[in-house]
This record gives sequence, structure tokens and C-alpha cells, in this order.
Amino acid sequence: MLKTFPKGGVHPPENKMASGAAIEVLPLPKTVTIPIAQHIGAPSTPAVKRGDLVKVGQILAQSSGFVSANIHSSVSGKVTKVDDVVDSSGYKRKSVIIDVDGDEWMESIDRSTDLIRNISMTSSQIVQRVMECGIVGMGGATFPSHVKLSIPKGKTADVLILNGVECEPYLTSDHRVMLERAEEMLIGVQILMKALEVKKALIGIENNKPDAIEKLTKLTADKPGIEVYALKVQYPQGGEKQLIKALINREVPSGGLPIDVGTVVHNVGTALAVYEAVQKNKPLLERVVTVTGRSVSKPANYLVRLGTPVSQLIEASGGLPEDTGKVINGGPMMGKALNNLDVAVTKGTSGIVMIPQDLSQRREIKNCIRCARCTVVCPMGLEPYLLMTLSEKAMWENVETNDVMDCIECGSCSYTCPSDRPLLDYIRLGKGTVSKLIRSRKQ
Amino acid sequence: MNTLVLTIISLSALGILLATILYFVAQKFKVFEDPRIDEVDEVLPGANCGGCGYPGCRGFAEACVKADDLGTLFCPVGGNDCMGDVAKVLGKEAVEKDPEIAVLQCSGTSSCRPRTNNYDGAPSCTIASSLYGGDTGCQFGCLSLGECVDVCNFDALHMDPETGLPVVDEEKCTGCNACVEQCPRDLFELRPKGKKSRRIYVACKNSEKGAAKKIGCEVACIGCQKCVKECKFEAITVTNFNAYIDADKCKLCRKCAPVCPTAAIHELNFPPRKVKPATDAEKPAPKAPPAEKAPVAAEKVETGKPTEKQAVTEKKAEAPKAEAVEKEEKKTE
Repeated sequence: MLKTFPKGGVHPPENKMASGAAIEVLPLPKTVTIPIAQHIGAPSTPAVKRGDLVKVGQILAQSSGFVSANIHSSVSGKVTKVDDVVDSSGYKRKSVIIDVDGDEWMESIDRSTDLIRNISMTSSQIVQRVMECGIVGMGGATFPSHVKLSIPKGKTADVLILNGVECEPYLTSDHRVMLERAEEMLIGVQILMKALEVKKALIGIENNKPDAIEKLTKLTADKPGIEVYALKVQYPQGGEKQLIKALINREVPSGGLPIDVGTVVHNVGTALAVYEAVQKNKPLLERVVTVTGRSVSKPANYLVRLGTPVSQLIEASGGLPEDTGKVINGGPMMGKALNNLDVAVTKGTSGIVMIPQDLSQRREIKNCIRCARCTVVCPMGLEPYLLMTLSEKAMWENVETNDVMDCIECGSCSYTCPSDRPLLDYIRLGKGTVSKLIRSRKQ
Repeated sequence: MNTLVLTIISLSALGILLATILYFVAQKFKVFEDPRIDEVDEVLPGANCGGCGYPGCRGFAEACVKADDLGTLFCPVGGNDCMGDVAKVLGKEAVEKDPEIAVLQCSGTSSCRPRTNNYDGAPSCTIASSLYGGDTGCQFGCLSLGECVDVCNFDALHMDPETGLPVVDEEKCTGCNACVEQCPRDLFELRPKGKKSRRIYVACKNSEKGAAKKIGCEVACIGCQKCVKECKFEAITVTNFNAYIDADKCKLCRKCAPVCPTAAIHELNFPPRKVKPATDAEKPAPKAPPAEKAPVAAEKVETGKPTEKQAVTEKKAEAPKAEAVEKEEKKTE
């Protein structure tokens, strides 16, 4: 029996069209737009100004706190502007715009492709390097990785979990990383294990990627402590809390973090980025992005420099299909529709999914028929119909006592609702308001 | 028969006994409530809108009774009359306040602010605003989903399907602040109602640079400072490329509105301007007559069919003001 999480979950059509497409290196763009806030936490402070010449890997914006990350230049060229530009959030945010000129890298970065297996750094040096290189969670949430690696006092981790689940339909970037960059990624896992001082690492992969499971099982045979597990194909298997429950049967307490149950979860893409940062001194300046969709002529996975406009990725995949209704940044379950195709690829862009018109439009909102399907599929055991109604009526205290803060925003409730009610929209509203209330109470 | 009498007697005895107990318990645990709270509650409008900042009219009545003076307490719905009554009941003095009215600080109608994408998410401004910058090129403007209309307790707000903007009904608006608090983009402001309900304000909250605003919306305030130079009373300030008219300093001289290159300054309920021949005709005329914004006022003017008499009185009304303005000018000089 395959491992899985016990409560709720849905199984949307997988549509992993790009799973067979090897990672292609996308040609350098003419200009890049690099937002200075690409992560959860405080936005970084710009360290360059208009007219500056930058090299690949040079710091563009300095991290401005513990929960923040450095932003590096992904190209070499001239800074033409530091201005407010619409980013994937649809709002204008400060960004650095660079005109690309050649491809000159910083000398400190090792660009060779040789594998460096020997980990010479100590635990604290690794955390320091991860912080300097601006590594954030590559699964899409973009939480600064060095924060996860710095274990707070009084807590210990005994197992590291690697998230190779990729439960979002359509997306295949992690799958390709596990297949094509497996050895580098596994060294990254060993580095993470050393940083956290744990002896055991578990890699969880959904069972719809048998080739990746096979390859990693073979490669980890001689690596003590690293185990690969096949997991049932069930959304949201890749949710941190769900994955922990499925793999080691521990439950993260309400309001708690994985470290409270002695574990830390990292994405496989993050492990690769950590390998490159620690062994090659390469900051996070490119990532694998899946470009796919039902009518896309060439679904593909591209290795993209951060800051490349999304339109260039779409162009490389044969242009925007005529029947496109929405272009989604991320997966179709948790991603967000873009309102502008000139926005840049950022650290958290795992995929660009073009959804046809007939699938993308929301249907008319009907009355709740009390079928309780949302409650059945909620992986956190919440009552989405109730939370939505309470949010609609602005009864924030009741929203809070019904554990809205435990919602992981996976969207299973909205996906399954036969009345097409915007459950998650209102729950997010409730979550936002309640977190503001909690913050104001603390002050 | 005997049983019946016995039942009646025993039940009556029980009733009397319990009533006595209840009487003494009620005496023992009696909560004293100031009878004046009820009296004040009587004279309040009973809208329970929360515009005074207290939970409902009862809460406000309690606060009035407790307070030493009514200086900071004001019921925007009842206005000065209501506060006068409250003062009479309590024997305190009420502070007179100018009535306030909500104005929408956005003039981006659907014709001057083209849509760049379609929003089909949950029909709530707050949700749309938390998701993205909106379905037009302006990330500060009205989202046209009408949450303000929903929260208005007085039926004073309506969506205009043509412009996509909410319209304030001046007759009904009480200045209760509900829309001001609800709007996720802070587009409503309470402004003094002014003499004859005349008001001038900047209908734009966009704080981007002028050129960037102009791309998203034709009628955005571009922060050109022309109105600032025109204003003799220093009532206009520009912060973040956005002008703001201080209602306390504004003398309603109407000099700022015509110089605005984007017609972002709105005038409400003023008599129509005299059309000056020749010299002015060459200048680009400001777009969209501001009277459009206040349909109630506009209706009055239109349906009233201004006779010559009215026109004269209007001129008269304007004349002394012009003089007053000139006097003010001299003073400031």
C-alpha cells in the first residue's frame, strides 16, 4: 500500500504533458525585470542604481532582515531603471531592469559541470552560504531557506524530508530536475542533512513519476540514510503538513511548524539550488519552469534566468494558443492568473499554464446545498462552507475560532464544490483579516 | 371536585411562593441603569449604523450619559438637530458640526479607464483587491464590484452601470462612514457638505508618477501642480503626485477646476459656468462636465428649467462670493 495522508484530498486530472520534455536552456532575454521582493518576508533593499554595470551573480538587492533574501543579477549588462513595475501580483512593485549585454559571470562562481561530492563546509558555513546566495523554497512558496535551516533553540530535527511530490496538475519541473539533475540534487540533500545535523532523509515522490522513483532509488542505494518513497497520487500530497503525515506519521500541531515535530521539509529544486550554492558558489539566478497547457503546441521545461519575461517562454513554446482563457503562474490548483504577460519569471515561478477558455471561466455561483463535500475533501479537517459564510458575514472572531489559520489554501474545497461557490476566495479573505487581528493583538 | 379545588389551591400557593422568592431575588440582584440612557436612546435615529464609533445607538446613548461633555460625541445620521435633543435630555451642551457627506475619489469611468483583463472571481472588492491590481490599468481606482453599495444602510449608494462607479445620493447620505471603512482602496472621503451642498475635490487617489497614471486612466490627477499655483488660499497640496484639496481652507472659488488638464477636480452643485467666447475656445476644454458626477444635483438643474429669474439670482449668488474672494486675496496679500 502506498503511503498517503489520511484526511481529505482530491485527484484532479494530472495532465502532465511536459513530463517527457527534457530541460532546455532558454536563450538569454534582451532585458530582464528583477523584482526586489521575490520571497516571503521583508523586501530586499536595492544595492544598484541606474547606469550601473552588473555581472551575472552580482547582488542587486540586499536582504533586509532575517526573513528576507538577497537578490542577484541573472544576467550581465547595464541597469536601465530601478522603478515600479507590475509583477505577477498585479501590483506595481520595485524592480531592477537590466539591458542584457553578453554573458559575463562573476569570477567567484564555478561554472564547470564537474560533480563535487566532498562537502567541506561546516553546518554554520552552509547556512551562511545559503543565506548569501539568496536561496528560497523553490516549490512556489518562496520561504527563505536559511531560516528553515537555522533551527531555533530548544528544538531538534531528526529527519529531513525532500518534497518531490509535485502534486499540482500540469507541472513537471521538479520531475525533470529529479531525472536530469539527480546526482547534483542528492549531493544537495547530503549538504542539507549536514546543515541540519540529521542522519536520515526521506524523499517523497508521487507514484505518477515511476522513472524518477526508480532512478533515485538506484542512486540512493549506496547512500546511507537517504530513502525514496513512492506516494499515492492525491492532491495536496505535496503540502508540507500532508507530506510529513504521510511519510513519518507525525502531525504538525495547529499553528506550529514542521520543526515542532522534529523535521524540516525542502523541495527537490531547493536541494539542487543548495548544491550549486555550496559547491559552486552560484547564487539563485535561474530555475526550471514548465510551460504547458492543453492547446500549447510544444509543452516544455525550460531552464530560465530569473527576470525573463513570461511572454518569451510562451513564444518559445509556440506562442499563445488562440483559445487561451487564462495564463496561470504556477499550477492550476494554487497558481494565480496573470493579467500581463510581460511580468518576469521569479524565484517562485514553477510553471506557466495556459488554460483554454472553456475550462478557465468560473461558473455561476449557486446556493450551498449542504452536501458537505468540501468538508470531506479538506485535508486539514476544516469546514470550508462554514468559514466562507462567516467571512462573508464579517464574523471574524468566529472565523478565528473555527481554525481558519490552519487552512493551507490548497483549493480542494473550491475544486470539488458542486455549486461552484468561491470557498477559497472567502477563506483567504478571512485568513488575511484574522492574521491582521492577531498581529494587532500582539502589539 | 375536591381534587380540583386542591389542585387550584396548591398551584396558587406555589405560584405565590415562587413570586415572592423571585421578588426578593430581583431586589437583591437589581442592576441600576440610568433612566436617561433610555431617554437618549429614544431621541436617537435608531439606525444602529455605528457611524458614531459606538456599537449601535444604545452604546452611543450610554456613552453620552457617561461623558462629561458632548464635545467629541456626534451622531452623523441625526446631525445637529438630534444632538440638540440629546443635549436637552441630558442638560449638557452639544457642539455644532457641519454635516458631512461621502465623496468618491475616483473619476475613472469605464470609458476613460479601459479594461485590460476580466475579473471573474468572487464578487467582492476586498477579495479582488487582495488578489491583484484590478481589471484596469489603474491599481488605485474603483474596482466596480459594489461592496460600498452593500454596506450602505441608508440606500444612499448606487452603482452606475454605465460608468461602473458608485454614485452618492446626496439626499440620503448621512456621512455614517460605513463606505469609507469598507472600501479596500480608501476611495471614499467624508467632506463637509458645504453651503448649498457645493463641494470641490480631487477625484483621484493614484500615487504613481504622472506619465504612468495617464496610461491607465485619462482623468487621473497627474500631479502637475497647476491647481496649486492657481489656489490663492493654499488649500491644495500635492503629495505622491496627487493633489488634495483641504476642505477647511477651500473657499469654493472654483479657480482650480478649469486649469486641471485632466478634469480630475470635480465641482458639485455649482451653477453652470458662463461660456467665455474667443480666447478660451482655443484652449483644450476639460473633458467630461463634472455635473455628470452628481446626478441628483444635475437633475435639479435640468428639470428645474432655469428661468431668467433663477439665472439672475444665481448670478447674484455668485457675485458676492467673487467679492469675498477678492477681499480674501487682499487680506492674504
